[in-house]
Amino acid sequence: MQKTRHIKPVRFIVEVGILVVIFTLVQYLISAGLLNQYYQINLASICINIILAVSLNLINGFTGQLSLGHAGFMAVGAYASVIMTNYMELPFIVGIAAACLAAALAGFIIGVPTLRLRGDYLAIATLGFGEIIRVVLQNIDYVGGPAGIMGISKMTTWPWLFASVVVTLVVIVNLINSSYGRAIISVREDEIAAELMGVNPTKYKVLAFVVGAMFAGLAGALYAHYFYIIKPETFNFLKSFDILVMVVLGGLGSTTGAVIAAIFITVLTAALQSFPAIRMILYAVILIMVMIYRPQGLMGNRELGRRTFGKVFGSLWGEEK
Amino acid sequence: MVNGLSLGAIYALIALGYTMVYGIIMLINFAHGDIMMVGAYIGFFAVAVLGTNIFVAMALAMVTCAVLGVVIEKVAYKPLRNSTRIAALITAIGVSLFLEYTTIFFLTPNQRVYPAEAFPVTNYHVMGLTLSSKDIFVFVSAVVLMIILQYIIKRTKTGKAMRAVSLDKEAAMLMGINVDKTISITFAIGSALAAAAGVMMGIYYNSINPLMGIIPGLKAFVAAVLGGIGIVPGAMVGGFVMGILETLVSGYGSSLYRDAVAFGVLIIILLIKPTGLFGKNTGEKV
Repeated sequence: MQKTRHIKPVRFIVEVGILVVIFTLVQYLISAGLLNQYYQINLASICINIILAVSLNLINGFTGQLSLGHAGFMAVGAYASVIMTNYMELPFIVGIAAACLAAALAGFIIGVPTLRLRGDYLAIATLGFGEIIRVVLQNIDYVGGPAGIMGISKMTTWPWLFASVVVTLVVIVNLINSSYGRAIISVREDEIAAELMGVNPTKYKVLAFVVGAMFAGLAGALYAHYFYIIKPETFNFLKSFDILVMVVLGGLGSTTGAVIAAIFITVLTAALQSFPAIRMILYAVILIMVMIYRPQGLMGNRELGRRTFGKVFGSLWGEEK
Repeated sequence: MVNGLSLGAIYALIALGYTMVYGIIMLINFAHGDIMMVGAYIGFFAVAVLGTNIFVAMALAMVTCAVLGVVIEKVAYKPLRNSTRIAALITAIGVSLFLEYTTIFFLTPNQRVYPAEAFPVTNYHVMGLTLSSKDIFVFVSAVVLMIILQYIIKRTKTGKAMRAVSLDKEAAMLMGINVDKTISITFAIGSALAAAAGVMMGIYYNSINPLMGIIPGLKAFVAAVLGGIGIVPGAMVGGFVMGILETLVSGYGSSLYRDAVAFGVLIIILLIKPTGLFGKNTGEKV
């Protein structure tokens, strides 16, 4: 927990500077043709998975509500954005806005009734809703039914991906560090005690759920406009489990953990592309081993951040604490 | 309707395993549907390779899966008995993925057709109804298994121990009941029932594949919740209701919505009466 709430100007400038450097470096590599298609696709997957993992971590890790329907919200976002861009021929930003709104709305509609349930029932109910979203999409001819939509124009570019990841991280980290975030964490720690302290558990659960769903929608929009094609089958519960593996591996309740795990899992997936069965067996073993030997995830609820980097680069920053 | 009854019988068998395990260690065993899948494969190989008849195949599948269930319990669930329920649930998902993809790895993801000679199909016409020998076989064997289960739970010492452990684990331990052994037996029985259901599934749908366990597993879970999770007769009734409902929906409406209906039922039940049709309301202790 940060003791000082106001941002030190020097530190802020350094951090923005680091982001700008990363951005321009990758942009240069892409435009200079130094990153081939394979690496570009992986880069896009990494960004999308970071958004998914961080947003699911808000629900599963920080709020402690096990949701297994994240792919459903991603699907809602993907379809909403494609309807805007491909069908109505509106600009990409409208598609993204529509994706976020639609997914947030779906999150609200699903969250309000189901978040009254707890633990394993909630997990199954969200899993069920995720599947219902998929089945409904399969039955709507307007969006192509089971075949999905093909020929989506490629609008997701590196600037979009980068900006989306940054926005996701900034919003979620700030949300968690705000008074809302503390209320959310108190609900995870002890719902009844939190309620006694005047925190309305349902309100904060729904809040976290809606924000998480919204970013899943964003990820869906980016996904749809990068890979040209979406079909309901892509967003089945195995996709939700993929995201869950990232969150569990990184640590339930650690944003940096989720980011690192998302990168790791994406790279692993790319490396094991030709052996899908082995990849899934590995996922399964990771899930079981992590839960038995380190149930809080590799990072626990610790964050790699200013502090850690501050220790390493203490002299560069000039001061610490 | 007849289809619904036999499908419902299969769901009921799977749901029983869910309910028993949940009743005893409060864990939703996500891998249950996959144990069923393994059972279906063992049945398949018994008939296709060893050339046994269907009853031997079913018995073989049941025994193997009982062992598998106990192994899973010892390896994956036992270390987690005192951790949070979410941790246990995530582990269960892991076990489920493990079973599915290990099967895919060794046996390819392709569909396999259940050998036709395993079970000759004849149709009987009784009072205007067409009864297939398949349906009769599935229904009768499921009911027989349920009666045996009821006998075990109500009349034997093991059953008594199971009921005691599910009521209060610590008190049962103090009374000299071997809790670990009882939990293992519960897993063994539940998995054996799932294996029987798997073989029936193979006969019923004629084809099996490594991911066949997921959807029926979820539906059986819905059935277990519908009847009140942890309650054995509830699971049976829930299974039949689900089977009939599903057949009616695919008969009168779009068959694509069949899967959505199951989840719809689940959500409605959870919202209106989370303890299920036969459930008792227990207040939460602070």
